[in-house]
Amino acid sequence: MSSTLLPQTGTRPGARIGHRLTRVFEAATTPLLPADYLDLVAPLRPGADLRGRVVSVEPETADAATIVIKPGADWAGHVPGQYVRIAVDVDGVRHWRAYSLTHGPRRDGLISVTVKAVPDGKVSNHLVHRTQRGTLLHLEQAAGEFVLPADEHGVTPASHRKLLFVTAGSGVTPVVGMLRNLFPSTDSGVLKPARSKDLDIVVVHVAPSQPDSIFLRDLQALDAAGAINLVARYDDEHGVLDMETLGQLVPDLAARTTYACGPAGLLEALEKHHTAKGLPLQTEQFRAATVVAGDGGTVHVGGKEIAADGATPILDAAEEAGVLMPSGCRMGICMGCVLPLKEGAVRDLRTGDVTMADAMTGPVAVQTCISAAAGACHLDH
Amino acid sequence: MTAIQKLDENPTAHLSPEDIEAFGAEIEAIRQEILAKRGASDAAYIRRLIAFQRWLEVGSRATLLASVFPPAFVVGTAGLTVAKILENMEIGHNVMHGQWDWMRDPKIHSTNWDWDNATPAEAWKHSHNELHHTYTNVLGKDNDLGYSIMRVDEDQRWHPFFLLQPLWNAVNACFFEYGIAAYDLQLGKYLPMKKEDRPEHFTKGAKDVLKKIRKQAGKDYLVHPLLAAPFGGFLPTLVANFIANVGRNVWSHSVIMCGHFPEGVAVFEKSSIDGETKAEWYLRQGLGSANITGSKLMHIMSGNLSHQIEHHLFPDLNSNRLAEVAPQVKAVFEKYGLPYVAGSLPKQLGSAWHKVFRLSLPNGWLATTTPKNAPKRVAQLYKMSTGGRKARKAIQAELDAAASSREFTPAA
Ligand SMILES: Cc1cc2nc3c(=O)[nH]c(=O)nc-3n(C[C@H](O)[C@H](O)[C@H](O)COP(=O)(O)OP(=O)(O)OC[C@H]3O[C@@H](n4cnc5c(N)ncnc54)[C@H](O)[C@@H]3O)c2cc1C
Ligand code: FES
Repeated sequence: MSSTLLPQTGTRPGARIGHRLTRVFEAATTPLLPADYLDLVAPLRPGADLRGRVVSVEPETADAATIVIKPGADWAGHVPGQYVRIAVDVDGVRHWRAYSLTHGPRRDGLISVTVKAVPDGKVSNHLVHRTQRGTLLHLEQAAGEFVLPADEHGVTPASHRKLLFVTAGSGVTPVVGMLRNLFPSTDSGVLKPARSKDLDIVVVHVAPSQPDSIFLRDLQALDAAGAINLVARYDDEHGVLDMETLGQLVPDLAARTTYACGPAGLLEALEKHHTAKGLPLQTEQFRAATVVAGDGGTVHVGGKEIAADGATPILDAAEEAGVLMPSGCRMGICMGCVLPLKEGAVRDLRTGDVTMADAMTGPVAVQTCISAAAGACHLDH
Repeated sequence: MTAIQKLDENPTAHLSPEDIEAFGAEIEAIRQEILAKRGASDAAYIRRLIAFQRWLEVGSRATLLASVFPPAFVVGTAGLTVAKILENMEIGHNVMHGQWDWMRDPKIHSTNWDWDNATPAEAWKHSHNELHHTYTNVLGKDNDLGYSIMRVDEDQRWHPFFLLQPLWNAVNACFFEYGIAAYDLQLGKYLPMKKEDRPEHFTKGAKDVLKKIRKQAGKDYLVHPLLAAPFGGFLPTLVANFIANVGRNVWSHSVIMCGHFPEGVAVFEKSSIDGETKAEWYLRQGLGSANITGSKLMHIMSGNLSHQIEHHLFPDLNSNRLAEVAPQVKAVFEKYGLPYVAGSLPKQLGSAWHKVFRLSLPNGWLATTTPKNAPKRVAQLYKMSTGGRKARKAIQAELDAAASSREFTPAA
């Protein structure tokens, strides 16, 4: 009940009439909005809340699938490497999660994400194993800084023509999105358009074991076509990747710009290594780091009093109690979940740091997705 | 009915505090069982119902465009009445209770919902969820007991004003949504005050109510009639909306009367809820409510308030599950020897209205009046109504004496 029927567009003469008409429709549908009725027939129309309809679910491996989605009319497009936040109703409960867009902008206007079902994962398992064509999902516009720079013609600048991608597990997804855009794959094989001719790309892909690796086929095809140089590493065969080995695998590491996407441990090691050597690095984290738990407390938020333990993010505890909370990546990177802490203390689950607020300090903005109660606390919402 | 603590036969007298705690634990277990298994099918139910209600409303309003033709008028009016009832009862009331908050859908959430009713959602949620559900049937605390204009209990002193309460009640039924709005505002308390003495929350609340009423009336009595005007349907559409609103009001008023007014429902004294445990709260909620038996359609049209006992035990449990828990709750009540008041709609409504009439008269008047002594009783009533407090007191004493004589002591 938040969007209006017609977008309010400037001062065109038609806009005035449109605006009046909107008022009449609103008066006819109060206390609802015209949109509440239009949603029954045209949920993807312009002006509607952003939604998408599942067009197909294509299995990639035993526990990963690509979900192809027709986005609503107001979808503003994306840059390869960006992610989209998707809301899925699992067992009747709405959950928001971020997924990388795995196809460059497509001609047919569809978008796709590739999801790997993680053990006990609520949303990923639902998307991979139990989602049917025709399902309506809620979306947000694409977001994320994990993208290759490009000029107005979509050409990668000279500074970024020697690249190293380090991907782990499903962290391969944004990279595949970028590669597919640089080297479109067709029925007749991988294309190497002029804009991508002299790109020099190494992809180091890490996974626990071989069959577990999603998009391996894509990477291998790109490798076979000479578009990239693929180095696949499997923990069970080669042991866990360390920075020294990386240097041996990619001797000209220092000459490349590195893009890395995977779990926190790998990214931290890379960051340490690259900062020490002064090398450029761009990262994207798929999963929050370890939890530093403490004592919980009573959380006052959204008119409710919630008993929360010291290990559960306030975001999860509040949602569990039925409060509608703002959220984003749910792992401390997007600031989509920030609320003012008016009083009390919260603990950052990644670092253990405690943030406090009272009448003297005034409200302090905290990220509820990575903060747990550290005693009684009062959030303004 | 008299406060439960004063009854000769307090229905909870046989229970020890331990029994009551055990009773409470069994009721809580029923709730937990449902919470553990609700899911996609429940979500599908409410979404389907909301979609159905919206289609029904759109269809009925479209039909009313042709309301100059009597068949279209009849069909459109009937459809709109049903749509309005569904919207207020099974959807609005229950969504605003937070019964669907667990889905985390901002469009079906208690904090965002507003209903097709004169009372703004915020005001209603406060008076209904916080006051009525917390203080259910506590004398002097629960304004739902009589909506402040009626005598609903023998302990309330009789005054000739109450002779007209059946009429007030009927008028209140027809314009129930405005009655609720007035009662949520505590209009009776604040309106007589001088303007500058009225508290700010009242002034603001009144403004919100007027704004809501303006929008509601604008929709039903102006915009839609005007849309039908080119087809000659202004007046019939206006009348159709009026009938639908009154129909919805009378229906919801009737359902709510059946929930707490029928004979056998207990009321409680203020002191009894001090330091109340969760189990005692469950006990009060159960004994203070009454169910309506009937078909599935009846349950849906009543917003499942026909399962009033279960609704009061579990106010935030989604309504589509109440039918399933009712037999379990009843079994627990029976196990602990507690009354579980239930009856058909005509029976419960008759019982509630009987009480309204009985209490409009002085205590004992109805019970001690027979065809033989009727002339005398009428004369007494006339004197009580026209005489002063003294006269009332004297005659009341006579009535009390007659009522406690063997002849009129009820069998049960
Ligand atoms: C910017 C961004 C882009 C992302 N892109 C993708 C993508 O393209 N494809 C994709 O499959 N996922 C992607 N993710 C991760 C995704 O958002 C979810 O976190 C993931 O699908 C798990 O959600 P869930 O509801 O199934 O698990 P939950 O029910 O939330 O968690 C269940 C268990 O799984 C663990 N867990 C959570 N996330 C992961 C993970 N990534 N790997 C292993 N275990 C985990 C949790 O610690 C928990 O123990 C991305 C995340 C971000 C922030
Ligand atoms: S949800 Fe993104 S920072 Fe919390």
